Order: sequence, then C-alpha cells, then structure tokens
Amino acid sequence: MNYTSIFDVIGPNMIGPSSSHTAGAVSIALMARKLFQEEIVKVEFTLYGSFAKTYRGHGTDRALLGGILGFAPDDVRIRDAFSIAEQQGLEFSFTEDHTTSGLHPNTADIVMHNGKGRTQFVRGVSVGGGRMKIVKINSIDVDFTGEYSTLIVKQSDKPGVVAHIASCLAERQVNIAFMRLYREARGETAYTIIESDHYIPPEIIDSINSHEHIHKTLVIQV
Amino acid sequence: MDFINGESLLALCAGENMTISQAMLHREMTLGETTREAVYEKLARSIQIMKDSTHDPIENPVPSMGGLLGGESKAVWQSAFGAKSAQPALCGTTLSKAIAYAMAVLEVNASMGLIVAAPTAGSSGVIPGTILSICEDYGLGEDAIYEGILNASAVGYIIMRNASVSGAEAGCQAEVGAASAMAASAAAQLLGGSPQVCLQAASLALSNLLGLVCDPIAGLVESPCQSRNAIGVSNAFTSAQLALAGVKHPIPFDEMVDAMYKVGLSLPFELRETALGGCAGTPTGCQLCSSCMK
Repeated sequence: MNYTSIFDVIGPNMIGPSSSHTAGAVSIALMARKLFQEEIVKVEFTLYGSFAKTYRGHGTDRALLGGILGFAPDDVRIRDAFSIAEQQGLEFSFTEDHTTSGLHPNTADIVMHNGKGRTQFVRGVSVGGGRMKIVKINSIDVDFTGEYSTLIVKQSDKPGVVAHIASCLAERQVNIAFMRLYREARGETAYTIIESDHYIPPEIIDSINSHEHIHKTLVIQV
Repeated sequence: MDFINGESLLALCAGENMTISQAMLHREMTLGETTREAVYEKLARSIQIMKDSTHDPIENPVPSMGGLLGGESKAVWQSAFGAKSAQPALCGTTLSKAIAYAMAVLEVNASMGLIVAAPTAGSSGVIPGTILSICEDYGLGEDAIYEGILNASAVGYIIMRNASVSGAEAGCQAEVGAASAMAASAAAQLLGGSPQVCLQAASLALSNLLGLVCDPIAGLVESPCQSRNAIGVSNAFTSAQLALAGVKHPIPFDEMVDAMYKVGLSLPFELRETALGGCAGTPTGCQLCSSCMK
C-alpha cells in the first residue's frame, strides 16, 4: 500500500457521484460499523462543512447509511439505502451542523445504538479520492485510515500494556507499519492502534485480551 | 522496476524494449508483489464496469440526483447514429461514439450508479469513452482494452505523483486535463505509437486544457462536468492524432505536468471546486444551486 497502484489511478470502483462526498462517506460508515461490532438498530449522523451543505445532491446521506448497512463503496444497493434500512427496521436520522468550526470540511459524526443500552460515537473525515480517516472514537482522538490491516486495542493507561501487545505481535511475526497510542487522560481509557502491511491472524485477539488491563481487541483486515 | 516521471518511464521502455503498458504492468507486479493474472483479473472487473457505464444510459436514461443531467448521452447517440437523425455525425463515427460514451458515464455517476474513477469520478468518462470506442471501431479486440488502460494508468500515476488530479487542488485541468492526457497516450499506443509518441500526445493534451477551472454548478458533479468529459475525449483524439503525425510539443511531458500543477495552485480559490466562480458563480448557476439543494 505504500506505492501508487494501477488501481489507485484507475479506481476506486465506486458508486457516484463523488469520491469524497459519496465513496469516502461509505468507507467512514463501514469502518464505524466494524468498530461497533454489534447489530445496529439506530444510527444518528451529524454532517459538517461541505457534507452538511451538499449532502443531498451527492447522496452523502445514502452513502453513510449504506456503509452502516455493510455495503462497500461499489455496492449498487447504496442508492436504495433508505428503503433497505426501513425494511430492516434500522432507525436513522441526519443533522446538519453549519456552526461548528475548526473541523475538516468533509466530516461526519456517527452514533450507533444496539438497542440494549450500548452506544458508540465515531467521527470520520473524507480526505479525497475516496480515502478517509477515523479521527475520534467515543471521546478519544485517534487517527487511522483502514488502508492497512489494523489492530485496535482498548485498554487502561497502565505500564506494561503496550509491551504485552508488541510481544503478542512479535510471537506471530506480524510486522508493525505504524503504531500510535491515544488516551483520554493519565490512567484512564486508552487506545493502541497498530497498522500492518500484512494479515493479522485473528487468534491474536485472545492472547492480547489475556492481559488484565486490556478491555477489548479488534482486528480489521484489509 | 519503478519510474518516477516521464523521462524515467521512457528510459525503462527503451532499456527493456517494452511498451508503456508493459512497463506499468511490471511495476505493479514488482511493487505490489503480485502476478500478471491477478492484475488482469482485477482489471477485468474495472473494464466490465466501464462497458456497462458507457452503455446503460444510452439505452435507459436516468435523471441525476441534482436534476441537472439525464438523457444527454442518448440524445448525442441518436443525433449521430439514429436512423431518423437529420444531423450527420459531425465529429465522425469514432469520436461521436467516444463522446456519447464519456457523457453516459457521467450520467451513471450523477445518478448514484457504479463507475470507475479514472482518475476521478468527475473525469470518469474520458478514459472509457476513448479506449472503448477506439478498440471497437478499429477491431482491436479485448486485449487492447487492457493495454490501453495500463498505458493510461502509467501517465495518470506520474501526474498523481508529481502534480495532482484533484479539482479542489488544481482545477478541472487536473481532473479532465489529466484524464485527457492519459487517454491521449493510450490512444496513441493503440494506434501504433511508440512510448515517445504517447508522452507527446499526453503533453499536447495537458497543454490544451491548461488553466481549465473547476466550477461545478451547485457543487455537484453534473454540469459542466459532463460536457467537459466530452471535451476531454475530443482533446485526447486530437492530441493523439497530432502526436501520431509527428507533431511535437516543444515542452516535454514532465515539464508540462509541472506547469499544469503550478497553474493549478495559482488558480483562485473560487475556481477550485468551491462552486463560487465560473459556471457556478453566474446568476443562473446560483439560481440552480438553490433549486438543486431542495
């Protein structure tokens, strides 16, 4: 992924009309769904900047909802996302925010509900050409793209946790391309995000979770 | 097996006795640690999407999300090829077909259909329009479509690497301009041009659209994007024809890419996809903007 491929030039294959306002929006919501890992019964979207201004004509709303339904950016069902969501009983709403400043112009917030009291907040930014990055999970600022195999660990901010994660990866010969650590505050919840060029074996989840200060581990393959 | 600009691409082609398409394929196989078969399999899907999106709206037009497009490619097709048409195919059969194809892709795109961004969604008609019409009309067969796309992707990669293909960054000259340069190079190779001739064609195509602004009405990828794709195709044909005839642009491809980028960066903010200037900024453009948002 560290070179410009034929398919970065002739691609992506996507539902139109806009790589940033449509394809990128699908990818943000699809990643949010993967992060939530549960059935979603209700989803609330807040759109900022250019997303808030032009979302109807760009189908950004259908794109975001399509991603929550699990559709990839080249899935022709995106156009019918509203009716499909209604059929599946998925409740959804869109809010335009024209006042918040300081955000990237193509920003969307997604709040997902499982109907049993669990909710998750994800903020994504569409950075152009269909690419996106996730910049916030719940109250924690993060930064990853989903273009690499990604390991996301939710943990307590305690000594030894990162060493444990790194040794689990080393045992399975997984090479780390990027590694970042984010935390709410000293001693509070933290996230370790690791991106790799290669497949991350899912068995790694159990061994990482064996540590007392790790709450949850998630692997997202390319 | 990598190249970073037109000069190193030409050196590679000369050294290995390869076409631009072969050089791009080998680069992909090396850097992507993949095989020819895997690349071709992925390309087959891209080509199928291109075929569908160049044909569907000519048969079944659909209105766009913003309401500014719908039925244009069918109208062009019938005017050029319809049995009852009172008008001749003024652009000739292959170019008329290419124009209708390119416009069809923009209709698919604007109605939330499936397209291949090539290199962007807003310029997605130029490459399929040019390559598919030439391969059909000259009886070049399926393999030639792959070759054309590989050639175009080499030129596109160089422009992406050393300049930009983003309208927000460098105007329409970076989107339709780049697509047109990519298509011109592909067309030149399909009609027997050497790698040098291909990059001459690309250089001519870029220079012809230098300064073209990005001014989408209502901020939507509809108008003037669709007719700009028609111009991108026409410019690709013209540039390839010139290059194949031995007409040389005095400015080499790499310098032209650089020039395009510099022109793009010096375009005012209003003319870089913000929908504030050009067509979008006219009284009628502004009026359409408020009606499209409803």
